[in-house]
Amino acid sequence: MDKDILICGVGGQGTVLASGIIAAAAMVEGNTVHSAETIGMAQRGGPVTSHVRIGAKAFSPLIPFNKADLIIGFEPSEVVRNIGYLSPDGIAVVNTAAVKPVTASLSDSGYDGREMTEYLRKRGGCIFADGVRECENLGSVKFLNILLLGIAAGSGRLGIQKETMMSVIEKRVPEKFKEANIKAFIKGCEIGGK
Amino acid sequence: MKEYVMGNGAIALGALKAGVNVVCGYPGTPSSEIIETIAKYPHDGLHLEWSVNEKAALEVAAAAAYSGARALVTMKQVGLNVASDPLMSLAYVGVEGGMVVVSADDPGPISSQTEQDSRRFSEFARIPVFDPVSPEEAYEMIQDAFEYSEKYKTPVIFRPTTRVDHGYAAIEAADAYMPKSFEGFKKDPGRFVIFPRLSYKNHGMIEERNVRIGEDLSSYRFNTSEGGPSEKAVLAGGISYMYAKEFLPDHTDVQLIRISTAYPFPESFMLDKLKGVKELLCLEELSPYLEEQVLKLAGRCGLSVKVYGKLTGHVPAMGENSADSIKGILEKYLGIKEEDVPSAVPEDIPPLPARPPVLCAGCPHRASFYAVKKAMEGKKTYYCGDIGCYTLGNAMPLDMVDTCLCMGAGVTMAQGFSHIDKEGKAFAFIGDSTFFASGMTGVVNAVYNEADITVCILDNSTTAMTGHQPHPGTGRNMMGHVTQKVSIPKILEGIGLTKVITVDPLDLKASVAAVKECAASEGVKAIIFKSPCIAIERSAKKCSVSDACINCKKCIRETGCPALSLSDGRVVIDTSLCTGCGLCAQVCPVSAIKGGTV
Repeated sequence: MDKDILICGVGGQGTVLASGIIAAAAMVEGNTVHSAETIGMAQRGGPVTSHVRIGAKAFSPLIPFNKADLIIGFEPSEVVRNIGYLSPDGIAVVNTAAVKPVTASLSDSGYDGREMTEYLRKRGGCIFADGVRECENLGSVKFLNILLLGIAAGSGRLGIQKETMMSVIEKRVPEKFKEANIKAFIKGCEIGGK
Repeated sequence: MKEYVMGNGAIALGALKAGVNVVCGYPGTPSSEIIETIAKYPHDGLHLEWSVNEKAALEVAAAAAYSGARALVTMKQVGLNVASDPLMSLAYVGVEGGMVVVSADDPGPISSQTEQDSRRFSEFARIPVFDPVSPEEAYEMIQDAFEYSEKYKTPVIFRPTTRVDHGYAAIEAADAYMPKSFEGFKKDPGRFVIFPRLSYKNHGMIEERNVRIGEDLSSYRFNTSEGGPSEKAVLAGGISYMYAKEFLPDHTDVQLIRISTAYPFPESFMLDKLKGVKELLCLEELSPYLEEQVLKLAGRCGLSVKVYGKLTGHVPAMGENSADSIKGILEKYLGIKEEDVPSAVPEDIPPLPARPPVLCAGCPHRASFYAVKKAMEGKKTYYCGDIGCYTLGNAMPLDMVDTCLCMGAGVTMAQGFSHIDKEGKAFAFIGDSTFFASGMTGVVNAVYNEADITVCILDNSTTAMTGHQPHPGTGRNMMGHVTQKVSIPKILEGIGLTKVITVDPLDLKASVAAVKECAASEGVKAIIFKSPCIAIERSAKKCSVSDACINCKKCIRETGCPALSLSDGRVVIDTSLCTGCGLCAQVCPVSAIKGGTV
């Protein structure tokens, strides 16, 4: 399988675990995988991306523009920031809940993500979910990354079996949160499958 | 067994496979995960340490390598500046066991002060450099680096860049690791004590040897050529080779030459590959190193080849290359019609919110900066910052970093200001790990030369920015041992400071009082703002905004805490971010913010 998946969000949202799970699951299914992460100063509340490249012909660690088959977006403005990576027939999973940067609070700019979601809605090719509200129903916003993976898997565009994903998630998350994470994943699959 | 690891993990596993006996380093992005990976494989015969700084790391390793052991030293590129004193001399003396100095370069720069190129350092020190293009190759190449080091009895530099360090790939890892057996140090003052006569003799030997190493590397397995022959060729090094490889084979049969050992330059290999080549495009990051080597070679050998790259403006002088930038450069060079591809960001997108990196919600550094700012309001001040998370104290609304130069510079630069301006009050802000690395000697300088400064030690009990490594003050080390904590107040008292105040920065009133007290007295004073990093220890108690809020937004305006924002015009606290530090509660003029730990 050849597939390029871009995960984007804000430092601290759990993008690194999400990319690790996709990479591990793709490997379980016998694929060659490479990935790249944002690490260091930018992690402190800055925009972060993970590039996951599945397939033996991906040499560059970063996905070229217009080549991503799937974007998993943890924050609407971050999806817009990275929309140039999405291939014309690719799709984006978008968490519509905005993360307000300090700069926006200080300038009173009123950024709430709605304009971003509106832009993406007009553009098309997106699956939207209010990830934070869905996660509150599940008990904690900490499950956002797994919920979004569920949506990607449910959409059928991830290219990895749901069962494979679940077995990897079970191995990767702390024991006491295993059940809640699996619930989040299944909820995500439902949303993505609609 | 296949393991999916970060490039730095691959370097670590490769070094372990090479039987490394001693591993030392100082944390620095993008190099830190090498030592952290090795720490996951403790075994007899392996000494592992976070050294106090890069110079110490290199010297500890050198003694091991003198004894025939294999030694690995890790650092980021600016760390090599700190370690350059021992490195330059060690290059003259040489080693007995293999010694590899990993200096991770950071094109961009993404997380560094400079865009320096460690390949230049290898030429400066006259020692070989290895430059991997991928995590898989890094795993193999670090083992080769140990072999070459031992073969030629010289330390070697291993130079990955951020995209190799932080890229992930599957590595065929060993099941168990066997440290190398070695004979031990054999006293030989004629060899191990550096004196002018020894340096003279070895200088000649090194120049003669490097010609031989260049010949040897001409058949090195990771100096390669594919495609062609063609009159137009491409030369690449590091990650740029992978970008070129992603584009070229699908579009042309142009010759792609890759050099992984920039110094000593593999001249015979290059001359062979340049046969029939009339134009050569050089793709590399940081400095035009390969480009200059080819120009020298062409000049000396009278080759008629046009060489393009950074020096001719074909490749940008600064910043990272990318698959897309290299594609554009290659299309132009080869005259391939550019596909009609939209740019990365479509033009019609709505304005994006800026997200500069900021101190985390609840970070004790925010409270420390705020206390100094409040205490010194209206006074003439100099705020000298340093390297660490607290460099982010520069951001609005704190705006508390006037200078930042390099590790440890804040303490000494504050002295410079105090000597030329007796009116202003100079403050140095330095983290605990940075204080041990290179802040202590600066305090000695201040006392000896009668400076009038206040040193603010932001002690969060960890090396936070690079991923929470332990340091001498934390009471544990990388061998997994509980150690004696080195006490910062005792060091300061030992140096001779008479005013050393330790305060909890989350207690705003006490902190402001401490700052005022220090600012009012002469000489060298210190305040230790002691509160653990929120990534180590965070309270479950959150703050909340009560109905008493008058919506003055002072909390947002003055602290800039990312947990505070406006929702439908009202101040709200994001409880998933709030750590209950209580700074906002102490800032609030009407006591409308409740909860937290203070």
